[in-house]
Amino acid sequence: MRKTGWKHALLIVFGLVMIYPLVWMLTRSFMSNIDILNPGAQVRFTLENYIDGWGSLRVPFGRFILNSVMVAGACILGNLISCTLAAYAFARLSFRWRGPLFALMLSTIMLPFHVTIIPQYILFYQLGLVGTYAPLILPKFLAVEAFFVFLMVQFMRGLPRTLDDAAALDGCGPLRTFWSVILPLCMPAVGVTAVFSFIWTWNDFFTPLLYLNSPEMYTVPMGLSTFQDSTGLSNYGALFAMSVLTLVPVFFVFLFAQRALVQGIATTGLK
Amino acid sequence: MQQPGPGEQDGGIHVSVPVAALRGGGPKPHPGGRRSAVAYIFLLPWLVGVVGITALPMLASLYLSFTSYRLGGTPVWVGLGNYQRMLADPNFQASALVTVKYVFISVPLQLAFALAIAVMLNRGVRGLALYRSVYYLPSLLGGSVAVAVLWRQLFASNGLIPELAGRVGIHMGSWISDPDRALTTLIILNVWTFGSPMVIFLAGLRQIPAELLEAAAVDGASRWRRFWAVTMPLLTPVLFFNLILQLIGAFQAFTQAYIVSSGSGGPAGSTLFYTLYLFQVGFQSFEMGYASALAWILFVVIAIFTGINFIAARHWVHYES
Repeated sequence: MRKTGWKHALLIVFGLVMIYPLVWMLTRSFMSNIDILNPGAQVRFTLENYIDGWGSLRVPFGRFILNSVMVAGACILGNLISCTLAAYAFARLSFRWRGPLFALMLSTIMLPFHVTIIPQYILFYQLGLVGTYAPLILPKFLAVEAFFVFLMVQFMRGLPRTLDDAAALDGCGPLRTFWSVILPLCMPAVGVTAVFSFIWTWNDFFTPLLYLNSPEMYTVPMGLSTFQDSTGLSNYGALFAMSVLTLVPVFFVFLFAQRALVQGIATTGLK
Repeated sequence: MQQPGPGEQDGGIHVSVPVAALRGGGPKPHPGGRRSAVAYIFLLPWLVGVVGITALPMLASLYLSFTSYRLGGTPVWVGLGNYQRMLADPNFQASALVTVKYVFISVPLQLAFALAIAVMLNRGVRGLALYRSVYYLPSLLGGSVAVAVLWRQLFASNGLIPELAGRVGIHMGSWISDPDRALTTLIILNVWTFGSPMVIFLAGLRQIPAELLEAAAVDGASRWRRFWAVTMPLLTPVLFFNLILQLIGAFQAFTQAYIVSSGSGGPAGSTLFYTLYLFQVGFQSFEMGYASALAWILFVVIAIFTGINFIAARHWVHYES
């Protein structure tokens, strides 16, 4: 008993240390800059940082959030369509070169994206798509995030084959079997894909940094980075407030989908 | 496409015949026939992506790495020129060193924390779900610009860390503007995100058969000995998986260094990650030939490290037969 008591004490203290930086930022986002710089003083709750930060750039912060929501929505849709289609072929259909293509798919998961980024940029540049959302969204419709294909394949392989057989006996072709039989049963994997797609695109900084050049089109990470570089370092409170705003959606997704997230990591992690 | 069997209405025993054929256990359906065609329709988006967005660009960047190329111009063949240039490029060497330090300090620490906490959480701890959530949350947020912004402020001269140190009488300035300490802040940030390998460890620990541990306990093995003699060997595949994943991830870290240094890699190049230098060369100076060469070196180095790991794994990773 005494032993588990110590363990809990250790786990709680360490957990608090882990979370404290986030709490620190949250509380500071509600403090005026004067209070932030005088830690000892009496602290008053204020929303001025949120109001300040929202309107302090030429483009209101809400615009970045709206842009991010649009881009993330399109990316989720793209990943769901392209990755489930490819996964169904790998998991259920037989075709020539299935083995080598599957191996190729797996190897692209590990591929550092830097090795393709420059020709990709040249490609999008020559297509006249730099400065649009196409370079952010189009790759998702082409199943470039092979991690999700792999996740879906693993999930589909766990579904009983007799389902496909029964569907075939009822006269379903592969498309019908996919749409009416397999896909509805894959909802847990679809959920994990949607949630991770959201978090990754919401947090993605590198791709927008390369391809977006007008502030009206910036996504949240770009907006926040610009904010830090322009006014942020003199206006801590507003910088914290906008940082908190960008983390809130991820936090809520985490809150409501953590079971799916944990399962997703655990199952793909272990094959 | 598969013709329904003659007995489809009554199901039951008639089913077994077409089922065997469908499973591919029996005679294979003619390869390259209609079945292949249908499968390739499903694969089409992925195929276009893997060829157009991955494979061809990869070859293109290999070619570009032997040229001098600026956006909009024509590539000029320079042979090994870009690679020779690296040998004399102080930024290349500095950024490689920063990255190696970052990877080889932060990843082992991160995995050590992940394993230690996972082991503590494994033995049927009350409130497991809550602990797991608290420890996992940072790894979801850790890659974001917002957390990098937070980190910069934590270690700034009026941030939380100097403030806490001040309370116990240690006076220190900003870690972010100190060339000896700036990288440490990024290492701490990476260690802070130990939650996702922890979750993978937890899943691995759950698969270790309790009978084995009980048998060892009956034989009089201490808790410590049971961990090292039973748990650890069975956990090595998971450890290996985490190691590969985190190494590859750490080599490619970018956002944190960019935000903390406002894109410069400073102070004095102390946070100039290799990827950040690559970005500066390719997308600020637009020297895309040289940047391609830098990218290929990164790719080859990651591939070599991964390869070494796979070879070394034969000696320490224990797979059940």
